[in-house]
Amino acid sequence: MALLEVSDLTVTYRTAGGDVPAVRGVSFALDAGQKLGLAGESGCGKSTMALALLRLLPKTARLTGEIRFDGEDLLTMSWGRLRAVRWAGASIVFQGAMHSLNAVQRIGAQIAEPIRLHSRAGEAAARKRAGELLEHVGLPARRADAYPHELSGGQRQRVMIAMALACDPKLIVADEPTTALDVMIQAQILTLIESLVAEQGISLLMISHDLSVLADTCDRLAVMYAGRIVEEGPAAAVFGAARHPYGQALAAAFPRIGDPASRRRPQGLAGDPPDPAELPPGCAFHPRCAVRLDHCDAVDPSLWPAGSGEGARAACVRVLPDDGLSLVPAAKESA
Amino acid sequence: MSESIQSAPILSAEDVHVEFEARRGGGRARAVDGVNLDIAPGEIVALVGESGCGKTTLARTLLGLERPTSGRVLHRGAPLAYTSKALKRFRRDVQLVLQDPSGSLNPRHTVYDAVAEGLRIHGDVPDERERVADALSRAGLRPPERFFLRFPHELSGGQRQRVVIAGALVLEPNVIVADEPVASLDASVRGEILALLLRLRDDLGLAALVVTHDLGLAWNIADRVAVMYLGRIVETGPVEKILTAPEHPYTQALLSVLPEAPGSPVVLQGEPPDPTRIPSGCRFHLRCPVLASSAAAAAGVDDACRGTDPGVLAGGTATQVACHYAVSLAPSEQSP
Amino acid sequence: MNGLVWARRRRTAARFWSQYRQNRAGVFGLVVLALFVLTALLAPVLTADNALSVTRPPGSPLQGPSADFLLGTDRSGRSMIDLIIWGSRVSLTVGFWATFISIAFGTLFGILAGHFGGWGSSLLMRVTDWFLVMPSLVLGVALAAVLGRSLTTIIVAIGVTSWPTTARLVRAQTLAVEARPYIERARALGGGHLHVMSNHVLPNVMPIVLAQTTLMVGSAILTESTFAFLGLGDPTTASWGATIQAARDVGAVSSRMWWYILPPGIAIVLVVLAFTLVGRAIEGVLNPKLRER
Repeated sequence: MALLEVSDLTVTYRTAGGDVPAVRGVSFALDAGQKLGLAGESGCGKSTMALALLRLLPKTARLTGEIRFDGEDLLTMSWGRLRAVRWAGASIVFQGAMHSLNAVQRIGAQIAEPIRLHSRAGEAAARKRAGELLEHVGLPARRADAYPHELSGGQRQRVMIAMALACDPKLIVADEPTTALDVMIQAQILTLIESLVAEQGISLLMISHDLSVLADTCDRLAVMYAGRIVEEGPAAAVFGAARHPYGQALAAAFPRIGDPASRRRPQGLAGDPPDPAELPPGCAFHPRCAVRLDHCDAVDPSLWPAGSGEGARAACVRVLPDDGLSLVPAAKESA
Repeated sequence: MSESIQSAPILSAEDVHVEFEARRGGGRARAVDGVNLDIAPGEIVALVGESGCGKTTLARTLLGLERPTSGRVLHRGAPLAYTSKALKRFRRDVQLVLQDPSGSLNPRHTVYDAVAEGLRIHGDVPDERERVADALSRAGLRPPERFFLRFPHELSGGQRQRVVIAGALVLEPNVIVADEPVASLDASVRGEILALLLRLRDDLGLAALVVTHDLGLAWNIADRVAVMYLGRIVETGPVEKILTAPEHPYTQALLSVLPEAPGSPVVLQGEPPDPTRIPSGCRFHLRCPVLASSAAAAAGVDDACRGTDPGVLAGGTATQVACHYAVSLAPSEQSP
Repeated sequence: MNGLVWARRRRTAARFWSQYRQNRAGVFGLVVLALFVLTALLAPVLTADNALSVTRPPGSPLQGPSADFLLGTDRSGRSMIDLIIWGSRVSLTVGFWATFISIAFGTLFGILAGHFGGWGSSLLMRVTDWFLVMPSLVLGVALAAVLGRSLTTIIVAIGVTSWPTTARLVRAQTLAVEARPYIERARALGGGHLHVMSNHVLPNVMPIVLAQTTLMVGSAILTESTFAFLGLGDPTTASWGATIQAARDVGAVSSRMWWYILPPGIAIVLVVLAFTLVGRAIEGVLNPKLRER
């Protein structure tokens, strides 16, 4: 059974200017011990979704659909039960570790706090565990006495991971865990996350705009655009042979060094991501799509089996049997 | 490209040292500890290194925003004078593009004001409007009039970076120093901005020094790459050579940890060391995988690694490496 | 280019106003202020020539409200309404000039200290600290002894003791602005100290200064009233504070002459409140952090 099962999740922000759909019907499943990478550019709804998974969204957000964690629906769960899940079931690692740590508290105390609260361990036991966790993420236990500003960016990110591990979670959601870190530190953190996940059988949902980092770390990839998953499948299949033009653009954004095709030929995607409040008709990607067809503004395709690998799917008319032409009148009627 | 590289450099660092007084009496930080670097007209040079290696300080020194403690910056062969008049003239020719486009634009200035700022500083008023429009359209914001009255917060990240680039272009410089120009942009926008830098070089003959930690960026646009570690350039040469057959163990390690790199990654442990306490001998020897694996001892250079400074690499376009082990393997390549 | 500039300014002003308008308290403050300013400007028209005359007063002293004198008369037989009307002139004049001195010095020193840094800045801030701890009342007493009792003395005393607050605030904001990358960009474009200070620092500091100004006018008016109440004001001007002091002298409280004490008191409260409300509203519009997202 899947550890995390999201079905038809939508998140809508209510604002003064009307409803803004941030997530528009996302479904995916994550098995125990599996690593799923979620890619997309800023504003595509990937961070909103991460927050939705733990119901950390502001009150102006309206959620529909279902998020089943370990068989329980997180959206209908009581607050008490939700708190327990947040402590012990699933942890989140944010980007920007500086802002997520309390600047005036020693890091050891910050790691020990959830342990003390949750497991009712004594002060000394919690401190000892905090020291162990620090060792576990590659920091000497004596650094527990340090304040966040005394640590480097990479070290702070390690502390964040130690905090996420504090209560032995089954799932870790990592939102851009290595953005703004140097390549070498990024490699250190990714190796650390990978080994921890492998050792303890934790499931990982990693969110990033860098498809190459996700492909390197995760088993499966999902690509989000304008609040929907537009492509998903095994990591190698999505990264190496994406079927959705947006997936292809993301895969090509970071060049393979030594590949003559990308030498002096940076690959980008023209245009800007759409405003979630004013999505284009039909396929939300069509205004930026280099290979769009005439009817792309009339058809909004859903995920369809495409590409190689188990469960590989793409939401593009080009993967449909007849380029999705049969959907055109239907789409116009329903619109 | 190779023809243009042969011409006299337009901007050079000559044995530049920059030291700072470290906070709380921690001694002096040698942020830049002896660097020679030449940028030829129309050439794109990538300066690669981890944060704290001194690459940003070197870039600021080349822009005249920081004064070298010793050594000098040469502009078209003449040493840079630090009088305000000379600096002002210099800045018409050498322009800056910063990492964070949201921060590099004054939130209270419109796009027009932001781009025209350089012209106003230098007192070029007559055809201001045309020149602003021209710079904006060169930077890919078309039609430019549509953007004149926008404020930075009304633009996307990529558009903001284009405005910053237009603000640099409006003075018609010959060199652009770009500090992590795409690091805070989305993957999809990144390529567009890099393509813009390449096109500007092709259309205007604009030379660029791109400071980055991203080796893929160097592969995408640079002609030459200089790898910096702890205040020094440790390896330099043409991109094709350095990024496909690196000789310095540090460059090798940087390349090996890239997500799609072949072979097993060589993840260096620890943080880059502190510029207030630069190790003696080769500054990389404490983290060097070659020294640790005893390959250096087999080549008989381990004593040199620990005790002898490999020295400062010369400027120019030649392939050079500051590593005792690499030099011992290929002594012929190092002779000038 | 002028057309463009004006179009932009109009747009900015329109946006400012539309956001300001949503703050009901701010609009109320603005209306009250407008009324007081109008009253002050029209004082000669609204009142008779002998309104302030002690020798030829329009009425008999210490009369309660009547049809002739809606708010009664003071101890000299002058109409309370006329006194309030003329008092608004004094209050607004003192408020304006004291604030002007305070803001001009405070902004200048704040920006200079924030921009240049180094020992000059430290010295400037020590001077600021020195002024910061100087009590305005004591300085006022001392100045009154030297310069004589006049409005100028009060203005100088308030201005000199209140600029350090502005200077501290402006310096802090300057330091924050100077750390932004666009300052680096401006310097790389070739901009000198003057360019950076006038084109980047000043516009970003102005909102705070503006909000500070309106708040300070209120407190300056209050201080003036205190001075006048303590008898440090110009005895020949009819400021609100002086009126309250006169009321106290004749024992208005114990003899239940509410019309002598309440109107000037309410006028002071209203003006200070109005300035505060406007200041807060401006602050709210200009400081996006205070604005609701």
